[in-house]
Parts: sequence; structure tokens; C-alpha cells
Amino acid sequence: MASVAVPSLAHDSQMSSRARVVSAIQRQGAFIALAALIIFGVVRYGPSFYSVYNIFDAFLNNNTYYALIALGMTFVIITGGIDLSVGSVAVLAAVAAARLSVYGFGPALAGAVLIGLVAGLINGGLIARFGLQPFVVTLAMLLAARGAALTLSGNAPVMVDFAQGFTQLGTMRVGPLPMPVLITAVLYLLGVLLLNRTRFGRHVLAIGGNEEGARLAGIPVGRTLVAVYSMSGALAGLAGVFLAALSFSGSPTGAIGWELSAIAAVVVGGTLLTGGVGSVGSTLVGVLLLGLIFVTLNFERGQGTFQLNPFWENFIRGAFLLIVVVFQSRLARRLDVSG
Amino acid sequence: MSEPVIPAVGEQAGPSRLLDFSTPRLSDFLRTYSSLVALAALVIFNIVFTPNFLSVGTFNANMTQVATIVIVAVGMTFVIATGGIDLSVGSLMAIAGVLAPMFLLDAQQFGAPAVGLALAIVVPLIATTVLGAFNGTLVTVVGLQPIIATLVLYLGGRGIAQLLVSGELRELRNLGSPLIWTFEFIGLGQVFGIRFQIIIMLVVVVVAMWVLRATTFGRYVLATGGNPAAARLAGVPVNQVKMAVYCISGFLAGLAGLVVVAINRSSDPHRVGEYMELDAIAAVAVGGTPLMGGRATILGTFIGAMIIQFLRFTLIAHNIPDGITRIVIAGAIVVAVLAQRQRSS
Amino acid sequence: MEGIEKAFPGVVALDGASLRVKPGEVHAIIGQNGAGKSTFIKILNGAYRRDAGTIVLEGQPVDFHNPQEAQLAGVSTIYQEINLVPYRSAAENIFMGREPRRWGLLDRERMNRDATAVLDRLGVHIDVRRPLSTLNIALQQMVAIARAISTDARIVIMDEPTSSLDEREVEVLFDVIRGLKARGIAVIYISHRLDELYAVCDRVTIMRDGKTIDERPIAGASKVELVARMLGKEIGEVRRSGATGFQHPGEHAAGEVLVEAKDLRGDRLDGANVTVRSGEIVGLAGLLGSGRTEVARAVFGADPAHGELRVRGKPARWKSPRDAIRAGFGLCSEDRKADGIIPYMSVRENLTLAALPALSRNGIVDRAEQRQIVDRFIDRLGIKTAGPEQAIRELSGGNQQKVLLARWLCLNPSLLVLDEPTRGIDVGAKAEIQGLIDELADNGLGVLMISSELEEITEGADRVVVLREGRTVAEFDHAEVSQDTVMHAMAHGDDESWSRGVEESRSSRPAGQPASQPVEATHANASLVAGTPPSPDES
Repeated sequence: MASVAVPSLAHDSQMSSRARVVSAIQRQGAFIALAALIIFGVVRYGPSFYSVYNIFDAFLNNNTYYALIALGMTFVIITGGIDLSVGSVAVLAAVAAARLSVYGFGPALAGAVLIGLVAGLINGGLIARFGLQPFVVTLAMLLAARGAALTLSGNAPVMVDFAQGFTQLGTMRVGPLPMPVLITAVLYLLGVLLLNRTRFGRHVLAIGGNEEGARLAGIPVGRTLVAVYSMSGALAGLAGVFLAALSFSGSPTGAIGWELSAIAAVVVGGTLLTGGVGSVGSTLVGVLLLGLIFVTLNFERGQGTFQLNPFWENFIRGAFLLIVVVFQSRLARRLDVSG
Repeated sequence: MSEPVIPAVGEQAGPSRLLDFSTPRLSDFLRTYSSLVALAALVIFNIVFTPNFLSVGTFNANMTQVATIVIVAVGMTFVIATGGIDLSVGSLMAIAGVLAPMFLLDAQQFGAPAVGLALAIVVPLIATTVLGAFNGTLVTVVGLQPIIATLVLYLGGRGIAQLLVSGELRELRNLGSPLIWTFEFIGLGQVFGIRFQIIIMLVVVVVAMWVLRATTFGRYVLATGGNPAAARLAGVPVNQVKMAVYCISGFLAGLAGLVVVAINRSSDPHRVGEYMELDAIAAVAVGGTPLMGGRATILGTFIGAMIIQFLRFTLIAHNIPDGITRIVIAGAIVVAVLAQRQRSS
Repeated sequence: MEGIEKAFPGVVALDGASLRVKPGEVHAIIGQNGAGKSTFIKILNGAYRRDAGTIVLEGQPVDFHNPQEAQLAGVSTIYQEINLVPYRSAAENIFMGREPRRWGLLDRERMNRDATAVLDRLGVHIDVRRPLSTLNIALQQMVAIARAISTDARIVIMDEPTSSLDEREVEVLFDVIRGLKARGIAVIYISHRLDELYAVCDRVTIMRDGKTIDERPIAGASKVELVARMLGKEIGEVRRSGATGFQHPGEHAAGEVLVEAKDLRGDRLDGANVTVRSGEIVGLAGLLGSGRTEVARAVFGADPAHGELRVRGKPARWKSPRDAIRAGFGLCSEDRKADGIIPYMSVRENLTLAALPALSRNGIVDRAEQRQIVDRFIDRLGIKTAGPEQAIRELSGGNQQKVLLARWLCLNPSLLVLDEPTRGIDVGAKAEIQGLIDELADNGLGVLMISSELEEITEGADRVVVLREGRTVAEFDHAEVSQDTVMHAMAHGDDESWSRGVEESRSSRPAGQPASQPVEATHANASLVAGTPPSPDES
């Protein structure tokens, strides 16, 4: 950073911009943990760990849904809000995609994403126009989307129509990359661009930092919020499409708790829940980290290190989340004291 | 979110010519009143259009379903009143549900039979209260946001419940203790024709209302949620208050878990308390307690839970499919919150 | 602007306010807190919508629905509370809402370049990529100004721009304003510091109780006249009894030492000392950011601070406000809305909040006793409310402050720390509260009073402690105190040349003062008495 040369204005006191530094540390923390885990896995499990199959199919492919949802959630959380409906919207979209698969790849994709977009529009509209709390609005949408999924699916999983090529979405590859992974990666790149290099991104950050100040500065707060929630919904819709394509059906009962996993990924990555600070990259780290935990556990189980009955899964997720957030909080505390 | 128009700090509005407006009690009353009207409308609709609605059986069935939600929602109301949230209630219910049967294996398991029964009730409650304190510690000492803090047990707690019984569903009948019948009284017993759990629910509601309104602690809860910084400066022990409400929520979740297990005569670690946090939060929101904290109405929560229950019942009784039912309830939640929004500004 | 009216729930803010500004004119708006100045300009800049009246901009009637529209029409505002986004960089804040683009994407380089250019014009050279929160308040204010002048503004509104600036920074600001004038841009200037007006303003509009009382060129108006019109008093009265409700300045008999704080260190504190005795009013003065509130909170145990704290002679290690309350202390915080009132709770609840432990038996609140106390205080302090059950947020600022005062008086404290006790309060209530503080000190209460309004300090305090950058730099007895000396201390601290000057007569200019950037506008004492505005050469 260039030095401050202020001839007539004196004393530039270094006020600690705590939040910014804290977030940076948190992001580094997650990244370090991710790197450590990767190294651990490579060393311990050998080639099977970093085989193409493992990386792309078992790991990345299975996490595309979470990644997409977490991407949308990042923007929402940066504005200081939250979106609890993403899991249910994804399920709804999956069911819709399965139903529409009869018409082929295109309509299924478009229809599902559109449904997600509309759900997000409704969320954003209620929040921006009426000033309702995001928690309640998206909670209601969670219920409504589930209900719609049940109705649309006739209470049973809807099998995808293979004839029209919908499942190609899941099976197509570009080189070693499965299509879903490629699409997700591209979207993340776009997300980074959007947040960091466009006016819209600046506005999103500003709203989270000081909503009233942003409004007074002339930023179209309402429109931005609607856009952010719509994006979240559309991405959830896309996640649903992948879900249907990869599991060959749209089931109205799946994706329980996905929204909470997404929130966890965003928080673990280093974005502050209070908004105003955050990045797409850090969410990616969070998603990868959380996903890698399970791959690692599976390998451990494979090694026979312990007989892990599957019921440990929830407990481990909880414990892991606990360790990470406490660690982040301690780091932040220490910085505050010394800073 | 933009506040209702209040002049900015540093420049208050000028002459204090006070115009006409309602006192807080009145507006609270109106809010509750409109919920009551909604509830009454639902009841009347059912009386007219649903056969057999006015029977004791239907009443009991409805109240049974709603009782556990109310018990949990009351605890949730306290937490929300301090500006927090408790997502772990469902998992805590499950933990209570798997702990209780462990003390009902054998009549002589712990000496006198009554001891076993007492333990079956007391231990789960202590456990969930302690876990509630765990939540409270995360929020106050570690300083985590309540969503994240209670998310830990939302995930981990369910896991603990599953691990304790290796995922098995336990039928109470099969446990072998003659105390089962007494235990099941919690859920299925009747006092003067009213299901015992309804009595528990009513006692919880009344006690909670009283605590919130008449005790110092209750006022401290509302002050903590209304403006934690101001409360602290005024000598309110903010951290202790927050810790207490999470303990209360944990305790009530445990109680609800016992009731559920008693009603179903079985304990399923995967199912007990599933979605309970959503139902509870919905009841609180519809009932008129704002999620930001600072104001709370236990009565409102009670009515909110009943509104949702009756709405659900009405739809199901008229053969509306489950999916549509959920959509309607979602809509009702939004309408309720909208209506409150208008009134408070 | 003509005939502007605006009402909020429970209060009428504006009741026939008007304003006439010419291009290239620097027009001041003055009035006491609560006169409606901020509301008025918020109607002009689109943040609020008026209930009645007309606004005509450059010959065209306008009706702004939001701040964006006003900005597009050329009305820029710099707020007193910096309403920028702290995590974002200076450049981003300057161009918020109008970020330069290239092919749809943000053109960071251009944004940073342009931001640097604008700030250079203001004589500020900083790294515009730094987050705003890393800059001190004066620099943040410069960023706000840069934002305003970079938007092709026709009118720039400045709301208390100098509240956190020292003398040199104020001079820079004045240069900027003169520059704007030269470019034909009108400046609307709101300030409490009447002395500044003479240096840079052309005309002044005086507001009181939501109305425009008067409008005239500044040249012919004396400070006493302005003060009198603002308060609605007679000129003679102002000369006699001063501008505040304090009746017995310097006459309180001080008793035992209640609290002695030495070498306080912590957030913003760098060796502050203060002592308060019972029955005396100690005024704590300093610029924004000098650490006054931090001292207050340290004395009350609200924030942990290192240093020595002795209460009634014995060392005290307070961990929370509860300890201080138990020792008989109270604190009325600076920002009622942030940490004073519990907004949705009733007057009764707010008033008795700190006293609840005393009012409860076995944890149950004694309603009857509570009601009694509330009624008593409503009566005694003259709190205007529809009833004790009214939600406190519906009360006017003055009445809210009275409730907060009552909160502590309930406990019969021995020491009260008052942080900006009359901020945001209308004229009448202000004087009432000041008189009340006086009375309480008469009865033996020790008071530590923080105020940014120098009249309160000079007229109300028995002793004045001045803070600068977290350190106590001066202490005065009432006899030695004047706005002049206090302001110098606030800005210069314990510059040797300055302190030599204090020993000389009060109203003469201190010898040996550094010649760079003298701000003559502050030497107004002689002129106040004489009734004519000071000229730049006056000494």
C-alpha cells in the first residue's frame, strides 16, 4: 500500500478495519485446511486418491449441487440476508426437469432454471418491496417449494426420460471434466467477475456494508436485492437440473438441509454472516473443504481404520462445523486484541 | 431492511406535538386479536363444512399434534425474543427420545421401579438442557451467530441420537418394563378426558406467559432482544440471559421429545423432531413475535401454532393433497408476517 | 424551497420552512438541535418526501422520490454521520452508484485514477484503494466531500462538516468551499459553530421549531443576534444569562472525590485522566474521536480499559456496568437510539430498567411500586407522554432523554456520566435538562458531562477537562474557561506556545502562535461582547 502523503491533513491513525482483516484470516484458514487435507489424502491414500475418477466423478461431480447453491448463497449473505429455500427450490427444479425431460434437453434445462428464477424473484420481491425479513420469507418459500415439488411429482420420484437426451448433461464430458463440473466452474468464474469487476458487485457489497448509506448514495437497493435472490433461485434451479441428470430422477424428498450446508460452506470459507465482506473464491474453498472431508472419511473407512457406521455422518458434520467456526472465532478474537 | 420512518440520530423532529397513536399494549393486542380472528374463522369454517369436527376425538387429535409444536415453540419464542434462533430443537428432541427408553428396560433396573421412571424423565431433560447450555456458550462465550451456533447441534445432535442407538427404532412395548404404561401416560394418558400432553402444553404456555410478563427475568429477555447494548449499560446481565433462554429452549425441546415418544410408543432417532424447528419458527412468526427480537407474545405463538394446525387439518380433511397444503401454509405465513408489518409501522 | 411541511409519527418536524439559495452562494442554515435542519435538507436531497410545500430548482419545480433523483439533478449531500460504506475503498465510495465502466465491466484503473484526481484537487493525497475504515474521520469527511464535488453538483449540502476537524483541516475545507463558489456551485452549510460562518458564508437562514424565522446576509448579523433568534430569546437576555439553561456556573461546592481515573489506555485512549467530586459538574471537551466517550465508558465499566481507576479512594476493577451501578454510578450514553432506549418497550419499562432488581421481590416485579416511581418521575421531570405504557420510540428526543435520565435517578446515584445529554433535543427541553443537571449538582450529584456544544461546557461546567487524541491535555476552572481556550486546547493540545498564551488575558491572541494557517474565525470573544462580527485582522 502506498504511503499516505497528506500535507495539510494530519494524523492518519490506523484504525483497525477488523472485519476485513478477520475475513481475510478466515479465508486463509480455510484454504490452509483445504491444502492440508489434500496433502494428507495424497500421502495417505496414494494414487487412488488423486485419480481422475476420484477427483472428477466421486468428488467434484457430487459436489456441484452444493457448489451452485453456495454460489448464490454467497451473494445473498453478502447483502446481509439469507436464503433458506435453496434446497427445496433445487428439488422442485429437479422434479420439473424430470418431467420436462420428455421434451428434451433444452426445455428441461430452461424450465427448471426458470422455475428457480421465479422462486427467487418472489423471495426478493417480498423482501425488497415489503421489507420482510429474509429468514421468514425464504422459510415460507422452503415450504412452498417442497409443496410444489410434491404436487408436481405426484408424491413420488419422477423418472427422467432417457430418450430425449437429458441425461447427457450428466454423462457428457469435455476432456476429463464432466459437464456439470465444467458448467459450475464457468459459473464460479462469472461469479468472481460479477462480484469484483462490475458495478452490480460493488452495489451488493455496499448494501451489505451499510444499507442505509447505500440507499442514500443513490444505489438501487431494491432492484439489487431482487436480482440477488433471483440469482440464488436460478442457481438452485440449475442445481436441481444436475441432481435430476445425475440421479436419473427428480425426487421430491431429497436435498434436506442443503441450504444449511451451503450456509456452512459460505461461513467456513470466510464470508461474514453479517454481510458487507466476502468473496466467491472463499466460498469455493469452503465447498471443497466440506466435500473433501467426506471423501477422506470414505477413504478412511475403506482403509479399515475404523468401522464407521454411517450414523457418524451427521455427528461429524456437526463436529467439523464446530471446530472450524470456533477456530475462526478465536483467530478473530486474537487479532482484535493485538490489532 | 429500511426502518419505519424515524428521524435520524442527531436531528430529532422538532416540537413535541404528540399526535394520536396507539399504546404498545393496544397494538400488541390488535395483533393477537387479528390472529384470534383468523383462528376463529378457521374453526367456524370447519364447524360448518367439515363433518365430525366438533367431536372430542377430533379435538384431541388436533391438539395432540399441536401440543409438541407449542411446547417447542414456546422455548423458541424466548430465544427469538433475545434476537437469536435455535435450529437444534428437533435434534434435541431426538436425543431425549432415545435416552428415555434406556431407563425403561427392566422393572428393577435401578432398584425401585419408580426410580427408573423418574430417571427416564429426568435424565433426558437434563441432557437437553445441558446441550441448550452448549448452544448458549457458543453464542455468548465464543460469540458465534445463533444460526451457526445452533446449526452445530442441528447436525451433530441428530448424529448423537442416531449413534446412541445405532440408528435403531425402539418400540417401547418391547423394552420389557412394566413402567412403560406409566411413561406413556405422558403422551396418551387422560385426565378428565383431556389428554395429558395437552395439560402439559397449557401449563408450559401459562407459566411462560407469566414469566415473560411478570418476572424480572422476562423483562430482561425482552430488553436484551430490544437493544442489547442499551440493556447492558442499564445493568442487564445480557450474557446470562442469553444462556438462560437457550437452556429453556433445550429443556422444552427435551420435554417435547418425551411427549412425542410417549405418543408414538416408539423412539425413532431419524424421525423424532424432524422439521420441528421449521414448525416452531413458523408458529412464532405467525403468532406475531418478530424475528429480530425485543418483543414476544407467548399467547401469539400458541395461537400461531393452532392456526397452522387448523389450516393443515382443514385442507387435509377436505382432501387437498399434501403438496398444496404446504403451499397454502407457506402463503399463510407470508400473509401473517405482512399483516404484522403493516401494524407495527 | 417554500412552505415545506413534514410530519413523522408523533412529531411535526417542519411547519413552514423555506430557503432561498443563489448559485455560487454559500448559504448557512442555523438553529438549535430539533429545529428541523436535518429534516429540511433531507427533503431537498430526496431522502425524505415532503408533506406540503414546493421546491423549485433552477427555475423548475422538482419532486425527488429518492436520493438518486436528487443527485442526478445536481444536489449532493455530505452528512454529519459519515454515511459511506466502511469496508469499501475510498475510490469506490466516491463513485458509488456511478462506477466507471469499460465494456460492461468495472474500470478499476479509471475509478482509482479519477478518485485520486478529485482528492488531489482537495489537497488530499492518499491511496484510494484503502478501505474507508482505515482512514481517520477527517479523511473520511474529505472522501465524502470528494464524492459530492465529483458528481457535477449544482448544490452541495454540508451537514456539520467541521465537527471532527481541527483548525488546519477546517481551513482546507474553507478553501474547498471557496473553490466551489468560484465555479458557481451553491453550498448549503449547516453548523453549530457560528464563528465559522463568518469566515466563509454569505447569507444565513435561521430555523426554530420547524419554521424559518429569518434570513439575512451574514455580514451585518452579530453572533449574539443569531443566538438570540435561534433560541427565541431577547438579545439582552442572551447577553446576560448565556445561551443555556445552566444557572449556577462554577458555583457548586465540590465534596469528596467520587472517582479518579488516571492514565486510561485502550481503544483510542492514550493516557487520559479525569477526576470528579460530588456536587461538581466536570465538562469533558474534545474533538470527535478524541476519546471522550471512551473515557466515559471506562469510568462506568462499560468497556475494559487499562489504567488506574479509584472509586472513593479505593481501587476498582470493574468488569461490567453492573459493578458501576452497584457503586452508585450511572451513564447516559451518547447515542440514545444505539444504546440508550429499548425502542419497543414502554416508557415505564425503560425508566425502571436499571432499577428492576430493587423493584422485585423474589424475581417478580412489584407492579405497584414500579408504577408509583414512574408516575413520580414523569411528573417531576415533565416528561410529555400519552402515558407510561406508550412505546418510548414514539416520544420526542427530549422526552426520551428525560426518561433515560430518570432511569438513573431512580437509583439515587452519586455520580452520573452524561454523554451529549442534550443532543438531538429541541430548544425548550434542552434548557430544561440543563437546568435539571444544575439542580442535581446542587444537591450533591457528581456529574461528568461530555458535550460538543461549547456553550454547555463553558456555561455549565465547574471544571473543564480537555481531551485530545486520547490524552488529557488541559484542565480549566470555570473562571479560566472560554470557548476560545477550550477550542484551542481541543485542537492543539499542550503546544507550549499555546499554553503560554493562556496565562495572558483571555481574549487576546496567544503570542508565539505558529503563523501557518491561523484561523481567525475563532477569535470571536471580543466581538461577542461588542456585538459586531470579527474581521480577519482582529486580534
